[in-house]
Amino acid sequence: MATFLGINLFGLFGQLLVGLINGSFYALLSLGLAIIFGLLKIINFAQGAMYMLGAFAAWMALNYFGINYWAALILVPLAVGFAGVLIERVLLRPIAGEDHLYSLLLTFGIALVLQGLFTQIYGASGQPYSIPDALKGGTKLPFMYLPDYRAWIIVASVVVCGLTWFMIEKTRLGAYLRAGTENPAMLQAFGINVPLIVTLTFGFGVGLAGFAGVMAAPVYSVSPDMGSNMLIVVFAIVVIGGMGSIGGAILTGLGMGIIEGLTKYFYPEASTTVIFAVMVIVLLLKPAGLFGKEA
Amino acid sequence: MKAIKKTLLCTGIAAAMTVSAAQAAGISDDKVKIGVLADMGGVYADICGEGCVTAVQMAVEDFGGTVLGKPIEIVSADDQNKPDVGSSIVRKWIDNEQVDTVTGLVASSVTGAVAKVLTDSKKIALISTSASHAFTTKACSPYNVQWTYNVVALANGTVKPMVGAGKWRWFFITADYAFGHALESVATEVVNSNGGEVLGAVRAPLGTTDFSSYVLQAQSSGADVIALANAGTDFTNSLKTAAEFGLTQTADVAGLLVFTSNAQALDPEIAGGMKLTTGFYWDMDEQTREWSKRFKERHGAIPAMGQAGAYSMTMHYLKAVEAAGTDDSDTVIRKMKEMKPDDFFARNATLRNDGRMVHDMYQVRIKRADERANPDDIFAIENVISGEEAFGPMLAECDFK
Amino acid sequence: MKMTNTKIALLVGLGLLAPLVIYPVFLMKVLCFALFACAFNLLLGFTGLLSFGHAAFLGTGGYVTGYLMINTGLTPELGILCGTLAAGVVGAVYGKLAVKREGIYFAMVTLALAQLLFFVYLQAPFTGGEDGLQGVPRGFLFGLIDLTDNTYLYYVVYAIFLFGFWLVYRTVHSPFGQILKAIRENEPRAISLGYNVSQYKWVAFVISAALAGLAGSTKTLVFQLASLNDVHWHLSGEVVLMTLLGGMGTIAGPLVGAGVVVTIQNYLSGGELGNYVSIIMGVIFIICVLLFRNGIVGELQRLIKRNFS
Repeated sequence: MATFLGINLFGLFGQLLVGLINGSFYALLSLGLAIIFGLLKIINFAQGAMYMLGAFAAWMALNYFGINYWAALILVPLAVGFAGVLIERVLLRPIAGEDHLYSLLLTFGIALVLQGLFTQIYGASGQPYSIPDALKGGTKLPFMYLPDYRAWIIVASVVVCGLTWFMIEKTRLGAYLRAGTENPAMLQAFGINVPLIVTLTFGFGVGLAGFAGVMAAPVYSVSPDMGSNMLIVVFAIVVIGGMGSIGGAILTGLGMGIIEGLTKYFYPEASTTVIFAVMVIVLLLKPAGLFGKEA
Repeated sequence: MKAIKKTLLCTGIAAAMTVSAAQAAGISDDKVKIGVLADMGGVYADICGEGCVTAVQMAVEDFGGTVLGKPIEIVSADDQNKPDVGSSIVRKWIDNEQVDTVTGLVASSVTGAVAKVLTDSKKIALISTSASHAFTTKACSPYNVQWTYNVVALANGTVKPMVGAGKWRWFFITADYAFGHALESVATEVVNSNGGEVLGAVRAPLGTTDFSSYVLQAQSSGADVIALANAGTDFTNSLKTAAEFGLTQTADVAGLLVFTSNAQALDPEIAGGMKLTTGFYWDMDEQTREWSKRFKERHGAIPAMGQAGAYSMTMHYLKAVEAAGTDDSDTVIRKMKEMKPDDFFARNATLRNDGRMVHDMYQVRIKRADERANPDDIFAIENVISGEEAFGPMLAECDFK
Repeated sequence: MKMTNTKIALLVGLGLLAPLVIYPVFLMKVLCFALFACAFNLLLGFTGLLSFGHAAFLGTGGYVTGYLMINTGLTPELGILCGTLAAGVVGAVYGKLAVKREGIYFAMVTLALAQLLFFVYLQAPFTGGEDGLQGVPRGFLFGLIDLTDNTYLYYVVYAIFLFGFWLVYRTVHSPFGQILKAIRENEPRAISLGYNVSQYKWVAFVISAALAGLAGSTKTLVFQLASLNDVHWHLSGEVVLMTLLGGMGTIAGPLVGAGVVVTIQNYLSGGELGNYVSIIMGVIFIICVLLFRNGIVGELQRLIKRNFS
């Protein structure tokens, strides 16, 4: 076994890779949160529930309608995004412009309802979802055996995050979005339908969580509390990165995954707490977060 | 102050004694009420859960629905694998609902908390599915009865022969709570005392969904055997991940506690050939098949060992109540220990004074796909181990006469 | 709303007689959660800070009390005192960190800090991890009174609750409480008036945390158990709900909210409808935010005002 300075390199690289996989999910979820926050100025507490919804939707699509993984990868984010559009229109719109604590509480309520509903119907233990046939094998790397599906998670999420970044930072649609973040009234004055953009943005942000859910279904068992456990970590990541930039959300997500992986190798007992500890340090040194703009 | 404390304590004990003396004859509250506490929707729902409720119902019906002319009632509840939820339900059952005994009892953490509550109120705990041996050793109580199996039997049945066959170096992936810790420590002892070596262990929280980092840790240890000291869906998830990362090809993966439903849920490609120890298998002989068929008709699945155990121990309890002529716990528990359990489940069995039911255990192998005649045909029994060999001796301090 | 002496006497008397009619363990559970919610309300209702991690303090109190009672044989009053102090210390540290951020960020920071503590308690040997601390002895109050008797224990818990309730009431109606309200209403203005706002927020946070710890310590004594559920984010959400439902910023609201929520849980838990608890709580959240923001007590007060003055 290859070692360097007493470090078992195989073990280390393996944990780093697993960290990067987790980081992919963190990045997708915190990206969704950041996009929603940018325009609506709310923190969507139901983002974790939407991720769970995505995983369950993929599972249901397969088991009830025979829709396979690849189709679900397209259809489920659309469906979850549509659920997001409904939530925004029916529940969030009436309290837009009020203290944002209320929207936080409201989305927390939505998360509880969804989680309770799925626990009631499917139980807490989780449903199995198989890895699609095309990605069942693995590649023997010099330091570890990398299952193809895990590699696919990293590639797919980096591509989706990259495309989202490109769309927001480099296209006309993205320009509207950014303008809406800075000054919605001005944008409205230019004849842009701002409420529609708000709704679609919420739908898109939530759809990203749905996408992450489908990606997660084959590797984590599909269970009602998969989202809430993930979300709190993502909240810490959001505090670390700050809400200021799209790129920041992606980088912090991936970076925290890697840090978690490193910890799993060097001091596994701290692997569940390391991200929160980083958050404490960031709060002490740079309270606005690494990429945060506000004071 | 100390004197006053003592007097108060004495008065308390005296009062408690008068109460129990008053109850000693006949059936309290004109009924015998059995509580079934289990995880109904979580990681352990399949291995006891509603199935345990069904099994207890069957026992009550087979017994005739009444004992000493009084009706037998059943209540059931979901403990969600949480000790505080379980113990507050049981407290309510005892204080408000005249429950006489509690069975089911799955997660060892919950059982630990509940057994304390039951002992405090002098009620019998009929432990069907919990694995920790603490209930008959360091946390033993005159009111604990543990029926199906325990971690000592699992370690003696599964770990010992593997070490004997030359698998020296072990690594554990352990469920991080009472049960996993107990299983790991007992198995470690067995490995060491038979000349093997434990290279390390990782603790994964109950209900972990992603075992990949634990599997990688196990992989980089270079052990001959990766032992899964967990159960329920934790077992299936960790084994699946081990297979995904190719661990099953480079080392032996040993499931230390595998229930039939878990083995059924796994791809035979992954699980086939694995050897393990169980307290019951439905397809052993005519008697087990007869009962299991009735169970499956009602429950929809073949019985897990704890569910069969729940039936067997409920039956034994009811017989003891009848023989004792009362449902007073002290009298009943004495009767239970006097009478020899003997049914389709309990073979060559005795209920020891420490509350441990000692009976035959079975070393089995999970069948490969081509060996299975039908979906329920999952284990092949390879060897029967006697109760004495499996469970080991009783501790002197737990010898409740 | 000023309370007259007769009204107060009536309410206190009601509490004294309650265990004759209602199962005392249930009543004690309500009282513990009511105290917890009162402590929380001091922050949310009277200072405008939404902490989403208050379970951390309840759990800390519970674990410390439980550990000491099991291992050192302290008397219950000392056990509770230590638990409360420990929660106060954790609150002091967390408060310092959390008041660096405002609004939504404050909520996220407190939630994340509480989760940090959750994982620490999950792994720390003294908490018993997933098993929790089981079989905590109730002991003898002042070495004299045997608390294994539910009725005796009830009156102890009731006294603790009254003390906590009184303390919150005094804090809110003190000059300090007035400044907290000023911060809630208009923080920039409070700053411009020369108040060290962070300092005030921090002190309120510490008091609230210590009282939450008191509630947790008491709860551990009642159930003879401290477990991870007491530090779980779910419980942090529950206390928000109790306060919101009862009426934030009202003195009696948290008590009413705790009563309603615990009753719902008690009624449903263990039965077939156990999982509906989460759904019902979620729905109450949504309804409260959309339609019913003053909560039960707030709405009652509004009705009384409209009809009688």
